[in-house]
Amino acid sequence: MSKVDREPIFSAKNLKLFTAPLGKDNPITVQVLGICSALAVTVKLKPAIVMALSVTIVVAVSNVVIAAMRKYIPDRIRIIVQLVVIATMVILVDQFLKAYAFDVSKQLSVFVGLIITNCILMGRLEAFAMANKPWPSFIDGLGNGAGYGIILIVVAFFRELLGSGTLFGYPVMEKLGIYTIGYQNNGMMILPPMALIGVGLIIWFQRSRNKSLIEKK
Amino acid sequence: MNSLRKKIDKIKPNFQEGGKFEKLRSVFEGLESFLFVSDRVTFKGSHVRDSIDLKRTMTVVIVALLPALLFGAYNVGLQHFRSIGADAGIFHMFWFGFLKILPLIIVSYSVGLGIEFIAAQIRGHEINEGFLVTGLLIPLIMPVEIPLWMLALATAFAVIIGKEVFGGTGMNVFNPALVARAFLFFSYPAWMTGDKVWIEGLAKGQHVVDGFSGATPLALCAAGETTKIPSFMDMFIGTIPGSIGETSTLAILIGAAILIITGIGSWKIIVSVFAGGLGMGLLFNAFSVNTYMELPAYYHFVMGGFAFGAVFMATDPVSGSQTEKGKWIYGFMIGVMSILIRVINPAYPEGVMLAILLMNVFAPLIDYFIIQSSIKKRLKRAKIATNINS
Repeated sequence: MSKVDREPIFSAKNLKLFTAPLGKDNPITVQVLGICSALAVTVKLKPAIVMALSVTIVVAVSNVVIAAMRKYIPDRIRIIVQLVVIATMVILVDQFLKAYAFDVSKQLSVFVGLIITNCILMGRLEAFAMANKPWPSFIDGLGNGAGYGIILIVVAFFRELLGSGTLFGYPVMEKLGIYTIGYQNNGMMILPPMALIGVGLIIWFQRSRNKSLIEKK
Repeated sequence: MNSLRKKIDKIKPNFQEGGKFEKLRSVFEGLESFLFVSDRVTFKGSHVRDSIDLKRTMTVVIVALLPALLFGAYNVGLQHFRSIGADAGIFHMFWFGFLKILPLIIVSYSVGLGIEFIAAQIRGHEINEGFLVTGLLIPLIMPVEIPLWMLALATAFAVIIGKEVFGGTGMNVFNPALVARAFLFFSYPAWMTGDKVWIEGLAKGQHVVDGFSGATPLALCAAGETTKIPSFMDMFIGTIPGSIGETSTLAILIGAAILIITGIGSWKIIVSVFAGGLGMGLLFNAFSVNTYMELPAYYHFVMGGFAFGAVFMATDPVSGSQTEKGKWIYGFMIGVMSILIRVINPAYPEGVMLAILLMNVFAPLIDYFIIQSSIKKRLKRAKIATNINS
């Protein structure tokens, strides 16, 4: 028994679990999951980053918990069990934010609670954690959370910069002094449709770089 | 002309497949067919062909737009001199306005055509003439004071997000010119609404004569001041503040006549938009809860961009309904929605833009149901026929 090859903790396979969701398996741009929150919380950078972190933590920890007890979960009630785990994690994160980052928590408002319904979570638990060991599941959770977060942060960066002229609340555009030559903030950037168009542009960019993502007709 | 033809023929091989500038083929072809009729013929199967192609269609629309454009130029001058209380001759006014509009047209065409040319190169398509009309429509639905960089940005947005993303000319879901306007409307509302932007000089804080207001009739109505709007005749002729090409219903009707006679614009859509607007206006008249609702229904035809939208925007053959019955529904709903948005929602004094964009989305759905119902009808008829035979 002792001769069983133990996989190194950061084997190529495990690393791939982390890097794939950042690029060609991205939960938002390729799997098109978690779009709703991506539209809602990307007006400013700060809430977007907090949201990305929250989702990453919730998905990673839930993945570990479900993976650890995957053999004891009766098949028929597995969705309920998964939901209980996710809900517990979300409540913990929500309470933590309320205690230590009340402003951001207020900005995110209902969307922290709505992490429960984020498709990425159920997707990862169903597709990965139910069939894998805790450690790979943890890495998979981190990777998917980061893949989700990266898109959120990119979209939020442009929306805050072009829509409000600030970055993390710092008035970048004003310091650059381009208001004086007639530049104005783009009001549409603050509206949700622009987030959708932003995500669309990222998908466009990604697909033109990586042709294998384009569906075969 | 002949020597030009010879010159073009001489350099042509360079641009054909295998030539030196093969990559620029579509640019060359676009320019060549702009000057001369394309010599390409169909070579596969049999096709019924008409001498009228996309380019000729577009040229007719441009001609139909000319009255609105010329009057728009005159009106820009007129409004400016009225606001400063000065007097000027009719040609002076026209020339003043023309010089104001010209940069807008140049920016719109150069940005839009630039993107179209590049997109055609990348994809190896021919250059389509679709932008010829869009490029003129965009300045005509803008306030005269719009900064040029905003116009350039909106044009780029309309061509890329409104058109190229969907596959270029003929594939767009929305009317590109209205996409440009909607983009500006939501991005820079300060430049698209209010009482300053419609008249040259006001936004820069120029001195105006006492009692002069640059508010459009629609803005006055939305504010509940329906008694202050200009007379019906003034609004019909178009000597009122507003977007450049939309003020004169008379000039637009001349354009409409050109479109209908040549068969390029669908008279069904134009008539049904007006019918829908009249119906909704009469409905509001019946309720008459506030002064705006009491406004005679036919006033809506001459205010704002209703007529312009009905004649030049709703009739866009790409984004509108394709089926003949569908055109009636499509147009009627545009009319209804325009007046509904105008009267009920004071945040959007002009409802035509949003109404047309909304119905652009529904046009394929309308077509789908019309086609399905006619298939069903024919199937039924076929069944009856077979029953009788058997």
